[in-house]
Amino acid sequence: MSLSSVEWGAKPRKALGAPGLGKLVVDLPLLLTLIAVTAFGLVVLYSAAGEDLGRVARQGVRAALGFAAFFVMAQIQPRYFRIWSPWLYCVVLGLLLAVAVEGEISQGAQRWLDIGIVRFQPSELMKLAAPMMVAWFLHDRTLPPSLPQLVVVVLIVLVPAVLIARQPDLGTALLVVAAGGLVVLLSGITVRLILASIGVALAFAPVLWIAMHDYQRARVLTFLNPESDPLGAGYNIIQSKIAIGSGHLFGKGWLNGTQAHLEFLPERSTDFIFAVMAEEFGLFGVVLLLILYLVLVGRGLYIAIQAQDTYTRLLAGSLSLTFFVYVFVNAGMVSGILPVVGVPLPLVSAGGTSMVTLMGCFGILAAIHGHRKLLPA
Amino acid sequence: MPKRSPTLKDHWREQRLFLSRVAASAVVVLLLTAVLVGRLVQLQVFDYQRFSELSQDNRLRIEPLPPTRGLIYDRNGVVIAENLPTWQLVAIPEQIADLDAVLRDLAALGLVDEGEHQTLVDLIRSHRGFERVKLRNLTEAEAARFAVRRHRFPGIDIQEGLVRYYPFGPASAHAVGYVGSISQSDLERIDRRNYAGTSHIGKTGIERTYEDVLHGEVGYRQQVVNARGRVLLDPAEEEGAVAGLETKWPVPGRNVVLSLDMRLQLATYEALLGSRGAAVAIDPRNGDVLALVSVPAFDPNRLAAGLSRSDFAALQADNDRPLFNRALAGRYPPGSTIKPFLGFAALHYEKRTEHDRTYCPGFFRLPGNTHRYRDWRPQGHGSLDLRDAIVQSCDVYFYQLAVDLGIERMAGTLLSFGFGPPTGIDINGEIGGVVPSPEWKRAQPQFKRPEDKVWFPGETVIAGIGQGYMLVTPLQLAHATATLAARGARFRPRLMIGTEDTFEGRFTYVEPEPLPSVEMDDADWEIVNDAMIGVTRDPRGTARTPLAGTDYVVAGKTGTSQVFTVAQEAKYNEEEIDERLRDHGLFIAYAPAESPEIAVAVVVENGGGGSRAAAPVARKILDAYFAARGTGVVEDYVALQR
Repeated sequence: MSLSSVEWGAKPRKALGAPGLGKLVVDLPLLLTLIAVTAFGLVVLYSAAGEDLGRVARQGVRAALGFAAFFVMAQIQPRYFRIWSPWLYCVVLGLLLAVAVEGEISQGAQRWLDIGIVRFQPSELMKLAAPMMVAWFLHDRTLPPSLPQLVVVVLIVLVPAVLIARQPDLGTALLVVAAGGLVVLLSGITVRLILASIGVALAFAPVLWIAMHDYQRARVLTFLNPESDPLGAGYNIIQSKIAIGSGHLFGKGWLNGTQAHLEFLPERSTDFIFAVMAEEFGLFGVVLLLILYLVLVGRGLYIAIQAQDTYTRLLAGSLSLTFFVYVFVNAGMVSGILPVVGVPLPLVSAGGTSMVTLMGCFGILAAIHGHRKLLPA
Repeated sequence: MPKRSPTLKDHWREQRLFLSRVAASAVVVLLLTAVLVGRLVQLQVFDYQRFSELSQDNRLRIEPLPPTRGLIYDRNGVVIAENLPTWQLVAIPEQIADLDAVLRDLAALGLVDEGEHQTLVDLIRSHRGFERVKLRNLTEAEAARFAVRRHRFPGIDIQEGLVRYYPFGPASAHAVGYVGSISQSDLERIDRRNYAGTSHIGKTGIERTYEDVLHGEVGYRQQVVNARGRVLLDPAEEEGAVAGLETKWPVPGRNVVLSLDMRLQLATYEALLGSRGAAVAIDPRNGDVLALVSVPAFDPNRLAAGLSRSDFAALQADNDRPLFNRALAGRYPPGSTIKPFLGFAALHYEKRTEHDRTYCPGFFRLPGNTHRYRDWRPQGHGSLDLRDAIVQSCDVYFYQLAVDLGIERMAGTLLSFGFGPPTGIDINGEIGGVVPSPEWKRAQPQFKRPEDKVWFPGETVIAGIGQGYMLVTPLQLAHATATLAARGARFRPRLMIGTEDTFEGRFTYVEPEPLPSVEMDDADWEIVNDAMIGVTRDPRGTARTPLAGTDYVVAGKTGTSQVFTVAQEAKYNEEEIDERLRDHGLFIAYAPAESPEIAVAVVVENGGGGSRAAAPVARKILDAYFAARGTGVVEDYVALQR
């Protein structure tokens, strides 16, 4: 079966030649919103990091790297993403194995790979590589996918997810599963199969529970009853809820968040930065941020609808929805409606790999939109 | 194009399907966002008053309340580790005008260490102004010295605290261990929550192994503090209690009751004092460790109070290695103490009868080889049977026996007595010894070339007198002696025999753990037992002098292990060689020989022969045991439990 060869749009693209040439692609709606979110993020980080300009500068450098990734990705012809998908997937899977074998132990968990000048987390790259691989696998098949095909997809997603969960980084593992799952969802899988897979997932819950580390179990239990553990994990949630709740409509003002500045709030500059924002900028500030996030998601879905082949359509749709999942999981955890799983707030939490990977994803969206061809009627 | 149309049709269908999925997803995204915003409205609008109160000018802080550490008793209820009130020097940063000057003045009084100046400055600066920063524990004299000059030090105060105290100091150090400040590596193996507020943790020995039992559970107290963190309300005050502030009291740790008998432990320590070595006494009937001493020892109280970095470095660099637990981790060639076990193997495998005799000319030669394996008695022992060979510790008899038994059978018997792997005593830091065999030698990485991995016949010969590769720890030696005493019954050596509830004092006894026993004919046992009694009673017994005149019958065996190899034609001359290269003295014994209650192993490093250096120590331990016999309380205690 070689449906791809007859897919329209393939021929005119070939005439364009090497990747990266042609007109400069800059998706202005995406770019402007990204700038707004990162700028807001840096402002909040300055306060959350105890007015340490050095940390803000380091995060600024990471954001600059991220925008560079955005521009580079945006110039690439989308079909190259498709061609590279299996290679990227295999390389990242190899890196994950490398981390598992001799990864540097960072904070008691093996996540980081040291390649001389930079240290990065391969698990972050897998958040992109897994949906690309699934989209690649499904793009030339008749959709909706059949059951045997779904089994392959499940393997594509679960192998890296298990490796990441063993690091142990349950949050990222679940996000990789979400990213791959969203591709399948968008590919038109029937409602019956969706319900069936939810059933399977529920059946696996006890297995997952047994495989979890003690601290992960503690997080789930504490989520169910934060007051049961006021000295440990429950403390985070209690303090974060106080920070958010005391923010009121317009917040205590920038640099005036007592919860954050008196160090009541844990992980202020990383996972719990949303609470700092809510304390200092109030409901108004966080709703503004949520709107910016929705603009990004909306633009991504629009790009997906406009995309011209199955691969780019599936990829664009899943990247946009996964991005929303990040936002929802982080904000939900900080405000106490989801368990604490250690997922950063996208584009705002301090941290490099996540910033660059996400910007690269938006670059891919820009590329998918910017390199469309006018269709023959 | 007929071929293309189905694809095209599929394509349209796919696109429609995709569109519907995107639309559905968009709806879900909006719904979830609405949930999020709803939650934020709930927290920030409806619950604002409550959270604002908690946050704005008052807020809740949780102060951990550390539990009191359990005590450690010996088998008779004598306290070996307790918590004493102590004075702590504290600083209140906001009341100190000139920190450098204050610290200099304190150093001039000898209350803080000049070398720690910067550390203390950093420590104090890292706390908030109103917090009381612990600087160090003070002795009573230091506290008094400070108290009369208190007015000169605004911002410096003394307060009461608890410090771990070991009344027997170095005598119990290597068995009980000590507590010290929680280090980075400790943090990785504990539940940090339960240690919020705890400053010390067990580092070695009982203190470390039974850390979970001794520590207890942390409690907490909710306090209302102001925007700068100062305590405004506390549940201990009436207003705080009215405001609904909670206190959860900590659960103190359980007391640990040890098998040690401090009378015996002290006698052992005193007998060994001044030398380097170790002694272990075990009750062969249940594996209870009655005494466990390694010398030189250290003062655990100094470590619990906190040593300065230079003092700790000096302790570690000490040539006599006081921190090293020789009883558990010191490995020595067993020398002739191995002979009773090999004698038993000879009878068991029927390689010798009680009456078989070997002639000892003062040396042994393997057939076809000129190398002379010397006996310790150059003129030889003449013709002897097994009993004579053990009583006089004849080497030649055992050289020949080793060759006849073969290394595999020797190794098998020794392993069954518990030599080789660690015994599994319930305190950490134990390492195993070595029971060599051809298989063992092949697996050793230090023998690199294949021809070095080969087992040589000569290696079997010297294994017959406990030399060569074989290594044992004093604990293993005591355990094996206890096994011999108990006619083959084995128990895992243990120091903890029970725990005690802190509130009600209810004692929970832990049953001893039996290990696979050694198959032993009573007849064989009688022969070996009789020979070992001969060692202390026979006119030619190697330990007749140090054990003369006991009113209990002792079965024993001396041992001397070489540190220094004497050249083939030269003589061992003690005066000529360095003290550190002199032979180690060893002695094993159990008593009363007819129904053994105590088994001991003594090793004295570089002490010369076992008879001269180690046997007198064993004599003192046994004398102490029989002087105190029947006056302990634990037996009644245990009987009451049942």
